Amino acid sequence: MSVKDLLTNPDILRELIMDHYQYPHNHELTKDTSYLRRHMASESCIDDITVQAKIDDGIIRDIRFDGVACTISTASTSMMTDLLIGKTIPEAQEIVSDYFHMVAGEDYDADLLEEAVAFKNVYKQANRIKCATIGWNAIKEILQESETQHDGQE
Amino acid sequence: MFDVKKIREDYPMFANHPDLVYFDNGATTFKPKPVINAVMDFYNSGTSNVHRGDYPLSVHADQLYDGARVKIAKFINCDPKEVAFTAGTTASMNQIAYGMEHVFLKPGDVILTTRTEHASNLLPWYRLEKNCGIKVEYIPADSQGRVHIEDAENAMHDKVKAIVIACVNNVLGAVQPIKELAKLAHEHGAYIVVDGAQSVPHRKTDVKDLDIDFLAFSGHKMCGPGGTGVLYGKYELLERMDPISLGGGMNARFDSCGDVILKSAPEKYEAGTPNIEGVIGLGAAAEYLMSIGMDNIHEREKQLRGYFAEKVKQLDNIEFYNPDNETGPVAFNAKGVFAQDAAGYLASQGIAVRSGNHCAKILHEIIGTDQTIRASLYLYNTEEEVDRCVKAMSEITLESAIGIFF
Ligand SMILES: Cc1ncc(COP(=O)(O)O)c(C=O)c1O
Repeated sequence: MSVKDLLTNPDILRELIMDHYQYPHNHELTKDTSYLRRHMASESCIDDITVQAKIDDGIIRDIRFDGVACTISTASTSMMTDLLIGKTIPEAQEIVSDYFHMVAGEDYDADLLEEAVAFKNVYKQANRIKCATIGWNAIKEILQESETQHDGQE
Repeated sequence: MFDVKKIREDYPMFANHPDLVYFDNGATTFKPKPVINAVMDFYNSGTSNVHRGDYPLSVHADQLYDGARVKIAKFINCDPKEVAFTAGTTASMNQIAYGMEHVFLKPGDVILTTRTEHASNLLPWYRLEKNCGIKVEYIPADSQGRVHIEDAENAMHDKVKAIVIACVNNVLGAVQPIKELAKLAHEHGAYIVVDGAQSVPHRKTDVKDLDIDFLAFSGHKMCGPGGTGVLYGKYELLERMDPISLGGGMNARFDSCGDVILKSAPEKYEAGTPNIEGVIGLGAAAEYLMSIGMDNIHEREKQLRGYFAEKVKQLDNIEFYNPDNETGPVAFNAKGVFAQDAAGYLASQGIAVRSGNHCAKILHEIIGTDQTIRASLYLYNTEEEVDRCVKAMSEITLESAIGIFF
């Protein structure tokens, strides 16, 4: 089976979410102050996560996160870290924007999102969209902040 | 005989959602036809403002509005002039805190409450801590949210000016010994303020027998319209307290020097055009509940809750936080599954429950978890619905909870 087939198989996608929930990746915060950070506390539910990212020379060197969150929040953030580490800011922004299209129920490019296509049906449950985007919103804000800092230096 | 089948016919929501199991009654309740009709009749044929209009429709609106006050007074056993209509428990509580701040309290005074309270019964008092040096202290509650009178006695001291407590807690359903607490408060020259949001809809509340000084409750949790509620206070206290809102309908006269003479209670607490149709609907709700009988409702809920609790105790995958409380919600988690994920699975099975901290944000200091699922019942729920809920609860696993997305 090709990767493409795997990523359209609901059983595999469910396993992926479970796996990222039970064993989240990059799930430890650092005290290193060179990381940009965002604390996201949902106003409507209990989710409360912090995302940190180290960006230099326009490249995302590392992303970490921690916090209390449901399966969807935890797994979507965990996958986000995997996807974006090593990417340039424009590459990352393209992926982030594609992801937001997907969770809004709009057209998207599955190839860009890899495992994160597991969240393609979340838009059908409006009350859970915020879960699937809490970590992604954090990185989106961090990328913006990094860009403005960068602009300032030029 | 309590005929649930017949009762359910009163509620159009059931006809419109035949497959829904609605166990979120702690949040809000369905409305029966007498309430809907009372509101619709006002819209269709009774619309007019209150406060002494000079034409028959307005006189009629006044009569309906004041009639609702009489019904509520009968419902909680007080004098109609001790009933002020508000927008709900939250509004009533803010009024009580404001009124107490300005008339009854001085810096250093203490408000005694519990860690199980709802935000609308804590935040107004926290504000007094900030604004005017009043202290909030807590009576300990046990692991199922219950306050024991000995603990209240130990927590009591001369600086305490009020015991502020929900008669029934909104997460755990603990029933507090209000009568004993009222006696304790009064022995120390303190007031007793009761949040009745989760008790008044479900059991007989006799403010005279309980000797309550202030009581707050919401219409929408007792089959009534949203945006309605009641502030009950002993008349002498209502007369002494100041209203939080000033405006039309509540002043007798004023002049440009700023001298205002307020009307007497309860009108002085009802500034502005009130929610007339809502209040009329609330009166209809009280009448409806009284026609079934609050004691019958209470007995029925106890029976159904007992049936539910016995079944939940047998589920190995469920952590059940309040098995021993006779009434009120069933509070639980599915082991190893985040509350919102588990509630999502129940929703996929047509069962409406609520997950989270239920506005009781410091309750976790007592039950050790900051999120639970709450299944809350009302007079119209049935054993069949409980069975469906229990079956769905037994199926909650991490896998099934994630499965709803595929
Ligand atoms: C115990 C308790 N107090 C107060 C409130 C607030 O009621 P309302 O939102 O109707 O003002 C609620 C409702 O959630 C409650 O359960």
